[in-house]
Amino acid sequence: MGPTMIGQGTEASLLVDIVFWVLAVSAIVSAFAVVQIRDLFRAALFLIMTLLSIAGMFILLRAEFLAAVQVLIYVGAISVLIIFAILMTGDVEEGSPSHSMRIPVAILSTLFGALAIFVSVSTDWNLLEPAIAAGQVSADAVEGVYSNTIPVIAKLLIRDFVLVFEIASVLLLAAVIGALALIREG
Amino acid sequence: MIELAHLQILSAGLFAIGTYGVLARRSAVLILMSIELMLNAVNINLVGYAAFVDFDEATRSFGQVLVIFVITIAAAELALAIAIILRLYRNRSTVNVDEIDLMKW
Repeated sequence: MGPTMIGQGTEASLLVDIVFWVLAVSAIVSAFAVVQIRDLFRAALFLIMTLLSIAGMFILLRAEFLAAVQVLIYVGAISVLIIFAILMTGDVEEGSPSHSMRIPVAILSTLFGALAIFVSVSTDWNLLEPAIAAGQVSADAVEGVYSNTIPVIAKLLIRDFVLVFEIASVLLLAAVIGALALIREG
Repeated sequence: MIELAHLQILSAGLFAIGTYGVLARRSAVLILMSIELMLNAVNINLVGYAAFVDFDEATRSFGQVLVIFVITIAAAELALAIAIILRLYRNRSTVNVDEIDLMKW
């Protein structure tokens, strides 16, 4: 089997494993801190930590373009907007107390997460690795896609999903105009 | 080595934490942040499928294209939501969602 799958067939396999676990643990722990910590500003900083871990995860999964987009849009723009909103609404010291339903809600969301894990693990996914091993898919073709995903993404985005692409731009325009109309005086 | 199941478990965990944040916290800004967590959990799943699941030749990176659309819609949603939150703060001087009960019967 060629070096097609992530972290396989390369000397850096152990390193990839270590990086994956570090990123996964940091994403989960920071996400937990986001919903648990009282101070809203620190919660926003932990959210940035989670988003950065996810960007690293994208690099591990051969989606370098998405990692760049994640850093630019989420870490660069969205988190600045969130911190702006926290500072403008001015209850940083007061924080964000949880309400009385937190125990049932915690049980409910744990159950939901367990259900999602059960469903996704027990589903029989049509995986790439056995298909390559069985010779149904050429390893070189897959490697050709994942060694440089940007032309593939561009082709899908501009040719096959061009209508969705245009609708997304109209949606962004509508959101900007709507936000301006909402925030305007009077 | 990384397997699809690892990513699915990570994604489900992040999604569950985001659900807890949306349901259990009072501040509207923190609810927004939890929604961003949930969207990112879904993004991990989509990129994982793009990397591990056997698609046709033409749609091999389709998951990554979907992630681009999710990020676009998340940005639009956040801009609108923050406008609404700032408006709400100006009118009611609070962003605690359990004090905003004008339409509660």
